[in-house]
Amino acid sequence: MAAHEQDVEQLVAEREYEAGFVTDLESDTVAPGLDEDVIRFISSKKEEPQWMLDWRLEAFRQWKQMKMPKWPHLHYPPIDFQKISYYSAPKSAADKPKSLDEVDPKLLETYEKLGIPLREQEMLAGVEGAQYPTSGSNVAVDAVFDSVSVATTFKDKLADAGVIFCSISEAIREYPELVKKHLGTVVPRGDNFFAGLNSAVFTDGSFVYIPKGVRCPMELSTYFRINAENTGQFERTLIVAEEGSHVSYLEGCTAPQRDENQLHAAVVELVAEDDAEIKYSTVQNWYPGDENGKGGIYNFVTKRGDCRGDRSKISWTQVETGSAITWKYPSCVLNGDNSVGEFYSVAVTRGMQQADTGTKMIHVGKNTKSTIIAKGISAARGEQAYRGLVKILPSATNARNFTQCDSLLIGDKCGAHTFPYVESKNSTAKLEHEATTSKIGEDQMFYCLQRGLSEEDAVSLIVNGFCKDVFKELPMEFAVEAQKLLNVTLENAVG
Amino acid sequence: MISIKNLHAEVEGKPILRGVDLEIPDGEVHAIMGPNGSGKSTLASILAGREEYEVTQGSVTYKGQELLEMDPDERACEGVFLGFQYPVEIPGVSNLYLLRAALNARRKYHGEPEIDAVDFMQMAQEKIDHVGMSMEMAKRGVNEDFSGGEKKRNEIFQMLMLEPNLAILDETDSGLDIDALKVVSDGINRLRSPERSVVLVTHYKRLLEHCVPDRIHVLYQGQIVRSGGPELADTLEAEGYANLETDEAAATS
Repeated sequence: MAAHEQDVEQLVAEREYEAGFVTDLESDTVAPGLDEDVIRFISSKKEEPQWMLDWRLEAFRQWKQMKMPKWPHLHYPPIDFQKISYYSAPKSAADKPKSLDEVDPKLLETYEKLGIPLREQEMLAGVEGAQYPTSGSNVAVDAVFDSVSVATTFKDKLADAGVIFCSISEAIREYPELVKKHLGTVVPRGDNFFAGLNSAVFTDGSFVYIPKGVRCPMELSTYFRINAENTGQFERTLIVAEEGSHVSYLEGCTAPQRDENQLHAAVVELVAEDDAEIKYSTVQNWYPGDENGKGGIYNFVTKRGDCRGDRSKISWTQVETGSAITWKYPSCVLNGDNSVGEFYSVAVTRGMQQADTGTKMIHVGKNTKSTIIAKGISAARGEQAYRGLVKILPSATNARNFTQCDSLLIGDKCGAHTFPYVESKNSTAKLEHEATTSKIGEDQMFYCLQRGLSEEDAVSLIVNGFCKDVFKELPMEFAVEAQKLLNVTLENAVG
Repeated sequence: MISIKNLHAEVEGKPILRGVDLEIPDGEVHAIMGPNGSGKSTLASILAGREEYEVTQGSVTYKGQELLEMDPDERACEGVFLGFQYPVEIPGVSNLYLLRAALNARRKYHGEPEIDAVDFMQMAQEKIDHVGMSMEMAKRGVNEDFSGGEKKRNEIFQMLMLEPNLAILDETDSGLDIDALKVVSDGINRLRSPERSVVLVTHYKRLLEHCVPDRIHVLYQGQIVRSGGPELADTLEAEGYANLETDEAAATS
């Protein structure tokens, strides 16, 4: 654990610490530390209206009363929130590697294997001076489309449908009423320690609004978002689907992303009105650190969807392979009658990675239904915990839940833990829970080898089979990438 | 095809094979019989490259190469196929997917391009008909929820798809009803050709009636104690393995 401690310190040391609160307007970076002035600074940088500033300040006041959660099955040194800089856009050059030569060679190896062009490698690794393509489109996209033309046709198409898709900062300025109406209604400012911090200092993120009855004409991806770079460590996303609308949103990137900001605390809020459906897919592959875990991202995320309307549906699908530490429980609050919540997850921990992840399904409305399929894979010294809550309130007559969580261990130094919580306050509820833990069997491996597969191909075949129920929920191109990512991630995991 | 010389092997310090000598020429089908615990499955596993057995002495030459020096996947790509006594289940991976991966691994090993998807499906359809399986079964997870008989049919299906030079079938006939037994033996007969050899590890004469071997060897307490033509199966059936010990001297002839 000493490696982590050193890491945080080094991170702090690398920033030019200046005594007191000094704003360097030229570099647009504030000195480490958090107080109301920093929040005022962020808000004014973003040209936010007064109500937004007030909202942030209230969040900050609440956050100061809160303590970091101790219950996760995670080990890391205490984080000193006064040693973090809360605004650094554009990223300060001093923190960036000057060229790919300064980047962890293992990371570069992975880029090679994923077939990422050099220029994009630089961008992903955060090399100084590296630029996103002009439209802000990213790896997965510009191989297929010409980035500039796509950005244009894409914008026109969305505008025709009446869909709003922009950065949250832009939304606060351009669509204040919509933001004001929904922000913090799913994840309140005082919800938890990291959500409170995010509410006070979030710097960017996405805003999506799908009007009544509209089926979003394309899958919305963070790849496409204009000015997608520098979304920062405190990302805030809000998606509102009005009555009878439908949207599929893709977040993340299969290529490992490096970021000099070690602490990430994002908040994602989804609102689904009557008959609306939101499908939210994530591939998270933040830099996990080197072999000793040094330099890895700490990822503390609050994701929650509110099935506010009757017959609404929210579906979370995630493939988590990155980060040194992951703390994340995408959840659904099933308020509307006959609403449906789903959670499909593959989480991989290897090296020194730790993950405490799972979901919460809160059944409030009648005939609400939830499904949880969680697949955990641990290799090397990876530690993983599944933590899930299924809560049936007295009002939730005939609620149903099906939970399946399976763990796959590769090697004998890793760990898998399952913490399922069930609270049922309505006797008509039907709950099913299945859990398995298995090791990649010698027999399975030998069977594949005997048929001619190499050890690596055998592992990837077995693992992909294990994850199939989740991968089939991902949009096609994403599923293909996710499989490839998993193969690269688990290379050399056996033997 | 394969030449086994003075092979000794043990598992967890316990000797199982105690000097096995065996020659299988190209194009021949040999059966290995013997009572439980005589080392038949151990021999089959060692030839396929299973790690938990330690070879303490002896050598195995396959197509002129030192077989024991090769990794299991390399052996497979060189044409060694093991039909498992207890085929494992691999949930979520379809039989066809595994087979295609296996075929392509071989092709890659031999510097050939990947198999065309349409060609593959045509080939699969043809072979599937030979073993009386359905395409629906082939698309299911590897041996997932298959009955014992279905698993064995699936092994034969894989064998026909992979067209090995040396097929070692470890008790593929046990637990089969008459129909399945016929499928299995038809499959083996279909594979017979001057450039392929087959080793049948079995307890029962009935497989050998459908699938007449060139030679039968009796493995007893880790050694081949008797070898003979197909008629040896009748002798064994009449006399059992009981008086084998006294015959041990005959084996060296």
